[in-house]
Amino acid sequence: MLPEVGLTHYLFISGLLFALGIFGVVTRRNAVMVLMGIELILNSANINFIAFSRYGGMNMDGQLAAVFVIILAAAEAAIMLAIILNIYQQFNTVNVDEVSRLKE
Amino acid sequence: MSLADIVFYVFALITVISAFIVVFSRSIIYSAFSLLFTFFGVAGLYVLLNADFLAVTQLLIYVGGILVLLLFGVMLTSKVVSVEIKTGTLQTLPAVIVTAAVAGTLGWVYWITDWKVLPLREFSSSASRIGELLMTQFLLPFEVASVVLLVALLGAAMIARR
Repeated sequence: MLPEVGLTHYLFISGLLFALGIFGVVTRRNAVMVLMGIELILNSANINFIAFSRYGGMNMDGQLAAVFVIILAAAEAAIMLAIILNIYQQFNTVNVDEVSRLKE
Repeated sequence: MSLADIVFYVFALITVISAFIVVFSRSIIYSAFSLLFTFFGVAGLYVLLNADFLAVTQLLIYVGGILVLLLFGVMLTSKVVSVEIKTGTLQTLPAVIVTAAVAGTLGWVYWITDWKVLPLREFSSSASRIGELLMTQFLLPFEVASVVLLVALLGAAMIARR
C-alpha cells in the first residue's frame, strides 16, 4: 500500500514539475513552449512554498510568497506574449534559435 | 490510507502526467490544453495543503488568464489552418542528462533531509489571514506589486501595438 502523505510527497511532486519545466525550456524551440516551461517551473516553486507553509505549522508567509509569485507570473506572461507577437511580425517565426538579432 | 491521501495521489497523478504531455507532446495545441490539467491538479494540491484562497487564485489567474494568453500566443503565431502546429525539439540527449541530474539532486536532497515538521495550528480562514498580512507586514511588497503590474500591463500594451 502507498505510504501516508507527508511533506516529502509534495516536495517530490514539485521537484518533478521543476525538472519537466527545465526540460521543456531547454529542448523546445518555439518561444510559446519555452513560456509554458517557465510556467511549470513557477508552479513547482509555488507548491514548495505552500507545502512548507502548511507543514511549518500553517505559517502564512509561504502563502504570501506564493501570491507574489502568481502576480509576477501574470505580468511576465503578458509581457512575454507581447514580445513574441512583435518578434513574429518582424521575423515571421517564433523559433528562438532563428531570432538572433535584436535590431534590423 | 485515508480519503485525503487517495485524493492527493489522484491530483498528483493528474499533475505529473499532464506535465509530461505538456513537455513531450509534438503538437503545441495539445501542450497548451494539457497545461490546463496541470494547473487544475496543482490547484487541487493547494486545497489539500489548506491554501483555499491560493487554489481559487490559481484557477482564476492561471487557467482564466495566463492560459488564455498562451492560447492567443499559439494561435496568433502559428498558421493554424495551413501548416500543422508542430514544434521541433533539439539536443534531446544533453537535455535528458541535465534534467535527470536536476531531478536526481532535488529528489536526493528532499529524501535525506530531516525536515522539521510542526503540528498544524488552529486557524480560521486563509483568505482573511492573507488579507491581514497584506495590509500589515507585507504592505510594501503589496504596493510594489501593484506598481509592477501597472507598468507591466502598460508596457505589454505599448510593445504589442507597435
